[in-house]
Amino acid sequence: MYLFVLVYFPEVQFPLTFCYKETISERNRNMIKFFLMVNKQGQTRLSRYYEHVEIQKRTMLETEVIKNCLSRSKEQCSFIEYKDFKLVYRQYAALFIVVGINETENEMAVYELIHNFVEVLDKYFSRVSELDIMFNLDRVHIILDEMVLNGCIVETNKNRILAPLLVLDKMAES
Amino acid sequence: MPAVSKGDGMRGLAVFISDIRNCKSKEAEIKRINKELANIRSKFKGDKALDGYSKKKYVCKLLFIFLLGHDIDFGHMEAVNLLSSNKYTEKQIGYLFISVLVNSNSELIRLINNAIKNDLASRNPTFMCLALHCIANVGSREMAEAFASEVPRVLVAGDTMDSVKQSAALCLLRLYKTSPDLVPMGEWTSRVVHLLNDQHMGVVTAAVSLITCLCKKNPDDFKTCVSLAVSRLSRIVSSASTDLQDYTYYFVPAPWLSVKLLRLLQCYPPPEDAAVKGRLVECLETILNKAQEPPKSKKVQHSNAKNAILFEAISLIIHYDSEPNLLVRACNQLGQFLQHRETNLRYLALESMCTLASSEFSHEAVKTHIETVINALKTERDVSVRQRAADLLYAMCDRTNAKQIVSEMLSYLETADYSIREEIVLKVAILAEKYAVDYSWYVDTILNLIRIAGDYVSEEVWYRVIQIVINRDDVQGYAAKTVFEALQAPACHENMVKVGGYILGEFGNLIAGDPRSSPLVQFNLLHSKFHLCSVATRALLLSAYIKFINLFPETKATIQDVLRSDSQIRNADVELQQRAVEYLKLSSIASTDVLATVLEEMPPFPERESSILAKLKKKKGPGAGSELDEGKKESGAELNGGVEPTASTALTCWGSGLPPPTSSTVPTSTGNLLVDVFSDSASAAPGLAPATEDNFLRSFFPLGDTVSLFVCKNNGVLFENQLLQIGVKSEFRQNLGRMYLFYGNKTSVQFQSFTPTVTYPGELQTGTQLNIQTKAVDPLVEGGAQVQQVLNIECLSDFTLTPLLNIKFRYGGALQNITLKLPITLNKFFQATEMLSQDFFQRWKQLSQPQQEAQKIFKANHPMDSEVTKAKLLGFGCALLDKVDPNPENYVGAGIIQTKSLQVGCLLRLEPNAQAQMYRLTLRTSREPVSRHLCGLLAEQF
Repeated sequence: MYLFVLVYFPEVQFPLTFCYKETISERNRNMIKFFLMVNKQGQTRLSRYYEHVEIQKRTMLETEVIKNCLSRSKEQCSFIEYKDFKLVYRQYAALFIVVGINETENEMAVYELIHNFVEVLDKYFSRVSELDIMFNLDRVHIILDEMVLNGCIVETNKNRILAPLLVLDKMAES
Repeated sequence: MPAVSKGDGMRGLAVFISDIRNCKSKEAEIKRINKELANIRSKFKGDKALDGYSKKKYVCKLLFIFLLGHDIDFGHMEAVNLLSSNKYTEKQIGYLFISVLVNSNSELIRLINNAIKNDLASRNPTFMCLALHCIANVGSREMAEAFASEVPRVLVAGDTMDSVKQSAALCLLRLYKTSPDLVPMGEWTSRVVHLLNDQHMGVVTAAVSLITCLCKKNPDDFKTCVSLAVSRLSRIVSSASTDLQDYTYYFVPAPWLSVKLLRLLQCYPPPEDAAVKGRLVECLETILNKAQEPPKSKKVQHSNAKNAILFEAISLIIHYDSEPNLLVRACNQLGQFLQHRETNLRYLALESMCTLASSEFSHEAVKTHIETVINALKTERDVSVRQRAADLLYAMCDRTNAKQIVSEMLSYLETADYSIREEIVLKVAILAEKYAVDYSWYVDTILNLIRIAGDYVSEEVWYRVIQIVINRDDVQGYAAKTVFEALQAPACHENMVKVGGYILGEFGNLIAGDPRSSPLVQFNLLHSKFHLCSVATRALLLSAYIKFINLFPETKATIQDVLRSDSQIRNADVELQQRAVEYLKLSSIASTDVLATVLEEMPPFPERESSILAKLKKKKGPGAGSELDEGKKESGAELNGGVEPTASTALTCWGSGLPPPTSSTVPTSTGNLLVDVFSDSASAAPGLAPATEDNFLRSFFPLGDTVSLFVCKNNGVLFENQLLQIGVKSEFRQNLGRMYLFYGNKTSVQFQSFTPTVTYPGELQTGTQLNIQTKAVDPLVEGGAQVQQVLNIECLSDFTLTPLLNIKFRYGGALQNITLKLPITLNKFFQATEMLSQDFFQRWKQLSQPQQEAQKIFKANHPMDSEVTKAKLLGFGCALLDKVDPNPENYVGAGIIQTKSLQVGCLLRLEPNAQAQMYRLTLRTSREPVSRHLCGLLAEQF
């Protein structure tokens, strides 16, 4: 018995995106979640996020992070448990460098990564200061991008980190 | 080099930054920024075409403004234009802007993709690196679609430059994380693994990250990486400190790469091949040996880098958990760090030792450091280090040292930071119970806990001590004596009064022989605390009093006087008043036999897992406390009888188990509760027999499945009984939703401890399907009042189960527990899609695989009214498409289910057959579970 009339539907392609668009949540995957440079006044001098964070949340996070760091004394350790991740920080004069990492990352390795980063900056700017970082934000970004990509450490060799930047400077001079 | 701005110093940028620095106030800064934004906007909009240099300057300024925390909603197009510049400096700044400011959902991706495509094809390594960095940082689905086949090719090609390979490796990692389905495995797998052999250390560093991610999904395909990683590690570890040149950091060869290799090895079990395993053990031994060698440099960087490797090596040793020798050596090494002057090392050593404590091979070795750890708990200046020390003490605790550890933790508790007190209380309670050899020690410990940190002793803890005392008759006399003594203190914590009241009420007779604790003395002691206590505790004390009347007939007159006093019998609190009235009547009407039966000693509690442990686990997240469960094989829980106090049973049985006082809630009652108590057998006495209120509730308010009522509508009454009404209003947009729940107290009495919580059954627990955020509501709901709770809902991927709403509250002392389904179903995230007849048919045909279709033929449950049907379909969320189906009687709809991770297009067709009073419903979507689920949901509506 036929209850229903069958309808003929003609055969044509339709775009795939209509029915299928998938991105896997990045949660808990990245090793390094963000890299911040904040001064004692709480002004952010560099921020690089390896997972998407809304701008309002960034400001809040940066304020809280620096508050956490400032409240600690020299005797306290450089690792802070913060929400569901850890902060590793170092202080250089009035500037804090704070890196957010997930549980599995090696704290000590990140702690030294920060120092390596500062040494690279020192080498490039010959004794880096907060001003250098502010006025050359693009270059600091290049350096960081050469060292950390997508939340992973990608290069630690100072000469190779600086290589693209030196090419850039040479081009600018010519 | 110039001190301020290097390279092609952009004066305008420098001036702007200086201006910002000179701003005296936040307002001035915002003003300056707005001015600059307006300036840039007008420049971009202006008729004059900007040259590359100016564009670059403005984009730099925008980056700086973004850094200051201001959202940038323009300039993207200009940045994209910079990408196609031939000048490296301009191209670079364009890419920088995009990777900092553009997220993967941007509409510009297509344009960006074009630029990337050109740069990848340029064969200029610098340009290729920029393009690959951009993919690695933005990494959207569309990028994956465009480049998933290209990137692996670049990565493994023989002629690719090293720096490009590095970028390609991390780029591929990103694409794989974003869209694993688009990154084909196979042909290039083994070549990626062999990158571990690459002579360039930078390439290896990048490749290890990629392999670590890939091998988690396909462990077998990447198995060969183990031996390659071991040999690479071995070469690094045994190299002289200068061999690796620039990759040597303060005389430590390639520390970061070593750490990464050790981390990669933790994805696999110990190597089976004896040669590989031997080599690896040798490596690990070398790393441990190096820690003992005199440092090659006095610089702290040297020892830090060395220790980073050491800690990772220890993690690997713990991961294998098969080499007793290495485990013990690791433990000894960490033991040295425990007394190191660097706080960082002490912190990490405590943390790492915590995991060592759970291995049977190293547990004893860890225990030898107990004095040092206790000392750390007492003297460390950093709370996070103290916290680690407490964790380690908890992990290393066993039968031999439990008394010492518990007493140290107790004494630490007196000065402990507020932030960690509750956790320490839970830990002490668990250890005391687990390793109790004699229960008098256990009782002492818990009473000490209450004395020292009464505010942090949760209900679970004091329920537990009562249950253990009730279940073990050898400790009851001691418990009665101890609480009696504890209550002598002039100021004792309310929790102590609760425990005291309960225990004396049950077992006061065991100490009544001593004239110093005669029945009247006991009663007066308890009653002296009465007026300082909260309603809940007073209610409990009243029950203790009636129990006293049964235990000690000589106290009857005194207690009756107390109950008869105006402050009880006319108490403003209805629960207290009712108890006073009922107990007074009970004691005067009932015969001794009835009284003895009704007020009999509590029966033992059923045995279950400790709820305290569950609470600690919840507090610390998964994994915490597991050292105790799995790590050590001693099961103290069996010894003590492992009684389970679910919070609710403990309360119902004794403290406040009377049914709600208003008679309307108890339909069987004819007005006077006491009539019921006496007419039924004694076991039916609801207040004192162990009946759970769960049964109580269910028998009077059967809960129907209301969710199907809300499939096609968003507002209405979700639940109602005599006490509570819950209304719901909700709105959904895309994959987000907001739901307002209105809890109305229908009685004239305050609800206490009102806690609605959202719980996730089954698959929803994984947290990958639905994310519901909410804030706690005020725990007090006044009589006749209504409180509102907002749930923010995010749909992450398609789901079929319904989240639950659990509501607990105390009504007149009795705990009410209601669980119902939240009306959040997948169709709420429908976005209606209008389309023409032709499009519909195209798509319909496209979804022709059998599993994409779900169909139901069913009898109509409601009158077949076409207007109603239309309204329901619209309420379901899809668009109704007119003139699509050749048969005008049929309904055709289309929509897209919006979730965060994917979108599912849905087509549906409903064919009514009025003659047969039946429907045929057909759904086609790209995902089989979605088709079936939606079909099921909708079919119930007609």
